Amino acid sequence: MDHIRPVPDDPSPETPGEGASALPDLGELLKLSGRGDQGAFAQLYDAVSARVFGLVVRVVRDPAQAEEVTQEVFLEIWRTAGRYDPGRGSPLGWLLTIAHRKAVDRVRSAEAATRRDASYHQHNQPVAHDVTAEAAHASLEARRVRTALDSLTSVQREALELAYFGGYTHTEVAGMLDLPVGTAKTRIRDGLIRLRDTMGVGGR
Amino acid sequence: MTDIHALSGAYAVDALDDLERAQFERHLAECPACRSEVDSLREAAATMAETVAVEPPPALRDRVLADIATVRPLPPVVPEQSAPEPVRRRPARRWLPGLAAAAAVVAVLGVGAAVVQPWEDETSQTTPSAVDRIRAADDVQTYVQQFEDGSTATLYRSVSLNQAVIATSDMADAPEGRVYEVWLQHDDRMVAAGLMPDGPSNVVELVGDPATADGFGITLEADGGSTTGEPEGDVLAVVEFEQT
Repeated sequence: MDHIRPVPDDPSPETPGEGASALPDLGELLKLSGRGDQGAFAQLYDAVSARVFGLVVRVVRDPAQAEEVTQEVFLEIWRTAGRYDPGRGSPLGWLLTIAHRKAVDRVRSAEAATRRDASYHQHNQPVAHDVTAEAAHASLEARRVRTALDSLTSVQREALELAYFGGYTHTEVAGMLDLPVGTAKTRIRDGLIRLRDTMGVGGR
Repeated sequence: MTDIHALSGAYAVDALDDLERAQFERHLAECPACRSEVDSLREAAATMAETVAVEPPPALRDRVLADIATVRPLPPVVPEQSAPEPVRRRPARRWLPGLAAAAAVVAVLGVGAAVVQPWEDETSQTTPSAVDRIRAADDVQTYVQQFEDGSTATLYRSVSLNQAVIATSDMADAPEGRVYEVWLQHDDRMVAAGLMPDGPSNVVELVGDPATADGFGITLEADGGSTTGEPEGDVLAVVEFEQT
């Protein structure tokens, strides 16, 4: 995603600000990885692993399983890097889509009771957020996303977050939010459209 | 499903059950508008991951890098030609005879002499039975085109079946952004007959009218094949058929 660059300290878009660490060219790293360049893939891993792992652990919750799924995600990224199509989306969007799908697949195939067990959180805390320069810049972007999410209606946002982070189907979301059957999918779609347009992604 | 398009948002965040997902994916195959919307909504959804980023344990990096050392990346997918279309037969400019002076040895092995090609069927575009049928035909003709790098392309043609297949062996992948295209020659016109997928050994059934063709050719075109209805790229081989 082009917008995942740290906000520069000076107005010139070409010059990163003091202490900023711009994301490497992920598209280039994917292309090289697709040709078997393990060094390029290691750079890719370093650039995106926090976003991938963070998303997976948020959905899967169990840290051990989250690590397994993250491993599987990166293996699939490696295997299919040569098939990434720049015309359809950003490199980061592409690989986070893979990560999300695998995380949801895992959480649904795991025992349902485990996921819905409220006491689960007490015993299984994800790894604390590492405050590195990279993470600090990620949090700038995260603020931008949270602001964008604030522009959704509360139902849109709740439905979207239950679906995206909770891994629930839209039917389950409707039940959880006491919505008429079939309305959750509309809220989710409307919320995503709003998010897309506010964030300025999706190349429209 | 009354309004299948309405599932695009839920699909983009993996919020469909298996049945709905299968239905929607069938729909996607026919709806470019939904494909485009799903792509853009996936981009939007992915921004949400930014809010939950967490550094993984260092040991995970070691495991991932160890994993990839044992697995090879998949080659890119070459877009497949669609089913045979009459438009493929539109007249093309003359094939300049000068271009026909292409590569190497062509061994015409005569009528009825089917050569056994020990190819691996890993990425066949046609079923073995179609190939076997052609090779078993009484009037099968075999044309072997060898290339400088040791790869071969073997074309089997049966006039009685009006079918032809081309089988490659040890073929290098087309360079990035390019694809091998096969042509059937009719008089002085070359008519597109199929694209070769990547992979060292492939079997592709030619589209068109091999029974009346005068020969075949292989060219190197841009991804997706020539868009003008005639060869645009480098000519790799031109072979005349033996007329029975």
